[in-house]
Amino acid sequence: MEQNGALTPTDEHELAEAVAGAAGPLRVQGGGTRTYAPVEGDTLSVAGLSGITLYEPGALTLVARAGTPLADIEAALAAENQRLPFEPMDHRAILGTEGTPTIGGAVAVNASGPRRIVAGACRDSLIGVRFVDGTGTIVKNGGRVMKNVTGYDLVKLMAGSHGTLGVLSEVSFKVLPGIETTVSLRLDGLSPERAVAAMAAALGSPYEVSGAAHVPVGPDGAPVTMLRLEGFEASVAYRSQKLRALLEPFGDARIDEMAGREGGTDPGWRWVRDAEMFGGGSGALWRISVKPSDGPRVAAALPDGKLLMDWAGGLIWAELDETFDVRAALSEIPGHATLVRASDTARARFGTFHPAPAPVAAISDGLRAKFDPRGILNPGLMG
Amino acid sequence: MEMPAPSPTILSHKARIVQRLLQVLPEDAVIHAPEETRAYECDALTAYKCPPLAAVLPASTAEVSDVLRICSEEGVPVVPRGSGTSLAGGALPTADCVILGVARMNDVLETNYADRYIRVQTGRTNLSVTGAVEEDGFFYAPDPSSQLACAIAGNIGMNSGGAHCLKYGVTTNNLLGVTLVLMDGTVTEIGGAHLDAGGYDVLGVICGSEGQLGVVTEATLRILPKPEGARPVLIGFDSNEVAGACVSDIIKAGVLPVAIEFMDRPCIRATEAFAGAGYPDCEALLIVEVEGSDAEIDMQLGVISQIARRHDPVELRESQSAEESARIWLGRKSAFGAMGQINDYICLDGTIPVSELPRVLGGIKDLSAQYGLDVANVFHAGDGNMHPLILFDANKDGDLEKAEEMGADILRLCVEVGGCLTGEHGVGVEKRDLMEAQFSPADLEAQLRVKDVFDPAWLLNPAKVFPLSVTASRRVAAE
Repeated sequence: MEQNGALTPTDEHELAEAVAGAAGPLRVQGGGTRTYAPVEGDTLSVAGLSGITLYEPGALTLVARAGTPLADIEAALAAENQRLPFEPMDHRAILGTEGTPTIGGAVAVNASGPRRIVAGACRDSLIGVRFVDGTGTIVKNGGRVMKNVTGYDLVKLMAGSHGTLGVLSEVSFKVLPGIETTVSLRLDGLSPERAVAAMAAALGSPYEVSGAAHVPVGPDGAPVTMLRLEGFEASVAYRSQKLRALLEPFGDARIDEMAGREGGTDPGWRWVRDAEMFGGGSGALWRISVKPSDGPRVAAALPDGKLLMDWAGGLIWAELDETFDVRAALSEIPGHATLVRASDTARARFGTFHPAPAPVAAISDGLRAKFDPRGILNPGLMG
Repeated sequence: MEMPAPSPTILSHKARIVQRLLQVLPEDAVIHAPEETRAYECDALTAYKCPPLAAVLPASTAEVSDVLRICSEEGVPVVPRGSGTSLAGGALPTADCVILGVARMNDVLETNYADRYIRVQTGRTNLSVTGAVEEDGFFYAPDPSSQLACAIAGNIGMNSGGAHCLKYGVTTNNLLGVTLVLMDGTVTEIGGAHLDAGGYDVLGVICGSEGQLGVVTEATLRILPKPEGARPVLIGFDSNEVAGACVSDIIKAGVLPVAIEFMDRPCIRATEAFAGAGYPDCEALLIVEVEGSDAEIDMQLGVISQIARRHDPVELRESQSAEESARIWLGRKSAFGAMGQINDYICLDGTIPVSELPRVLGGIKDLSAQYGLDVANVFHAGDGNMHPLILFDANKDGDLEKAEEMGADILRLCVEVGGCLTGEHGVGVEKRDLMEAQFSPADLEAQLRVKDVFDPAWLLNPAKVFPLSVTASRRVAAE
């Protein structure tokens, strides 16, 4: 199970042996497309743990080994007219990585797209995990049913832990029915304040808006605000007219029917989901999470740079000069800022993840020490 | 129910402990007279009772912090309590514990419609959270059947669900942030009004930890705009298998109902006798509810009815009005009350993969014959969360024990087919000793390690969730 110096187990037992037998730090990888920061150590790839192990469309349940390519999962779901609810983003554009995104990688970074505002994050659809902790012990938590409060919820803890608490071997999801029709409403020329107000109005309506994004400098150089509706054709037609009327104070919304769905996301929304406008860029790329109405304050507190607001203003992607201290500039605004892409210098200065309050940091350190007592899983990556 | 022997040291220090609590709380917030502590001797699992050493009713996070610091210094176990509606014995005291009730903390602290959240003190009842925002067109989605009485604190402790989870998720999916007080009195904020965690998802672990990691005093909850409308369709079948297949086909057809409720014949008959909702006398009954505008509802109900007709229903009734909807829901909503009228019962809470429904219903029937106890089934079919009600006679010697044994067998069956012991009630003391049926020693050890981090002295909500044999070495070490 060794290939080009990398550990490449092909099943859970080999994975457990690889971790138990590791002499030093491990760089844990799925497809290697989502690693925010470089990690020193021997590569441990779970790409060999691949395949859907259970899919019951009638129960909205899918279970897959962690190394299964995301594309395989999306194809299997599409064949039954179903989808992953959380619309996981593809990090390859912004990180400049190559390789095959895996489902385990999506879980490890809790990757969630524009639909997060209505369907929840990856962690909300994740109903079970199997993983190998830092001692090489196999652990399961949750399961394959969507209502389960048996014991502590380590499923959520594993989602977004970037492989630092354990190496995922298998993940289970609640999935959702596919989408018949998608429509986007576009408003032009709004300031961030007006755009966030328009998005709040839309999300406060009963019309089930499934995407709300704003870009101050859009592809044509002007501000664009996008709202998305999904569902059965007649229902979407009805809701788009209602929503258009509701948004009248913000301008005359154009209604665009979407064509060419790919993996449940049309190209316009994929552009938002994957933060494509930052692909190939230089400078530090920050991912800032605040309450949506604080979005305009964030925009105002940052220097000139490229900006994308998703989640109705609550998720802000910002590409800025590497020397700018985003966390200091936003210290008065509750939330957090993650340095997703940066030079080694900027990363050394700011760190990847937002420092937590002391008690939470102590809990996080304590959890890590319990799950990985030797400190060998992606050392240095989270805190 | 085996509980650890109370600590003679703590019992002998009662006067001092009460004195210290009185230094940080008003006199009426410290309950210590034996005739008064009895009010806290059990929760809704009334088969088990034990008056606590004392009960305290703090009115603020600062007071909660003071109480926990004192109990921590004195080595006194603390049992957090919301409204005491747990069916799993989640708030069952030990004789040497202090009950920490959050009932006096029930304020709304902030409502924010632009960002769609409400911040409340956790003693507030579930239904009154919706009550605070419904005039403005919003609601709080998780709706456990005890929602009139149950507190948000308990909802967070047990990660409560309800009938509408299929679309809206359970508590953890609607919880944005908490104020958490650790056992040593430390107060910290976790999460907030923003959507995701900056580091580890500590909030996700706290939700559903049954009050064993800390005391949650304030919570930021996601609120949602009310749908334009909602209406159900009632479908009767002459076999459980066919009803189960119909559920699966509805889900596969791309419709996502907000609720799919299932009742079997014993339950239908009992509720009919009690509430007279006009249900057909059939083997299985589904209530499927959808939301949207009138036209959207008609369209979705049309799709569902079309699927149902392929399964030869004995009755199919689409609601056309609020009155008809209320009538369809009437029987379901009075099901537990109806069963209580005719019998004592134990309400189980296992979850199964929807596809295993016929097999599990068959298995329950066999167990029912074997134990000689009747079972009525009413449950959330969309998500596989079953609530078999085992009927017994509390006045008959040994009947409760027999019912409990049968309940354990049903839950083992749920696990065997790929499900779990509890879908929304929690483990508490009730299912504590069954945990090893679902989890390996390594699975449990991973959970215990989390407890070690948050509560190293093992003082919070003792003797719950894990079998005593599994936690013995830790409890001894902490003493």
